[in-house]
Amino acid sequence: MSQWVAHVHRLSGVALALFLPLHFWALGNALQLDSFLAWTEQPLVKLGEWAIVVALAAHLGGGLRVLALEFLPLLDWQKSLAAVAAALTLAVGLALALSL
Amino acid sequence: MTQTVLWLAQRVTAAILAVCVVVHLATIIYAVQGGLTAAEILGRTRGNTAWLVFYAVFVAAAAIHAPIGLRAVLGEWLKWRGIWREVFLVFFAYTLLWFGLQAVIGVFG
Repeated sequence: MSQWVAHVHRLSGVALALFLPLHFWALGNALQLDSFLAWTEQPLVKLGEWAIVVALAAHLGGGLRVLALEFLPLLDWQKSLAAVAAALTLAVGLALALSL
Repeated sequence: MTQTVLWLAQRVTAAILAVCVVVHLATIIYAVQGGLTAAEILGRTRGNTAWLVFYAVFVAAAAIHAPIGLRAVLGEWLKWRGIWREVFLVFFAYTLLWFGLQAVIGVFG
């Protein structure tokens, strides 16, 4: 499980790094926002939005796990931390899916 | 020396981003309910100095954090380690900072 969380942490980080310039560019053109928001109504774009928000939650969970492992003396907690990271990702994914 | 500075910068920005991301995720889940329109978003955000400062800090932390994270990935996955990797990453950091601050000003300014 820890291995999985570490892989997801890295992959989600790469996805976020690729997404951020596009995200900022789109928001920087806020005056054309309505045409952009209309474009985001497409099901595939919505799915992409959901995936990137879940990637953000996964990266947060994975990152908190790394910080806890490095800065807190929690040698026996590795599995629990990985589970917490996975649970956080799942919770955000569900909350967003219900809100969309 | 450089490795230590990068490691420390990555952890410090991670701690800042952890707080920012929790707030951002909560905002996203709250804001998307009932759909989004430009007028509704900008009506809430324009001229809001507190959120402008919050998101400017968020952007600055991300502009430091993302290139340092990519540095390890480029080195381990693509075996890209020379000076041009560093040049590319500095360019990427400034690109994120520039477009990020433009976005913050566009939405909250």
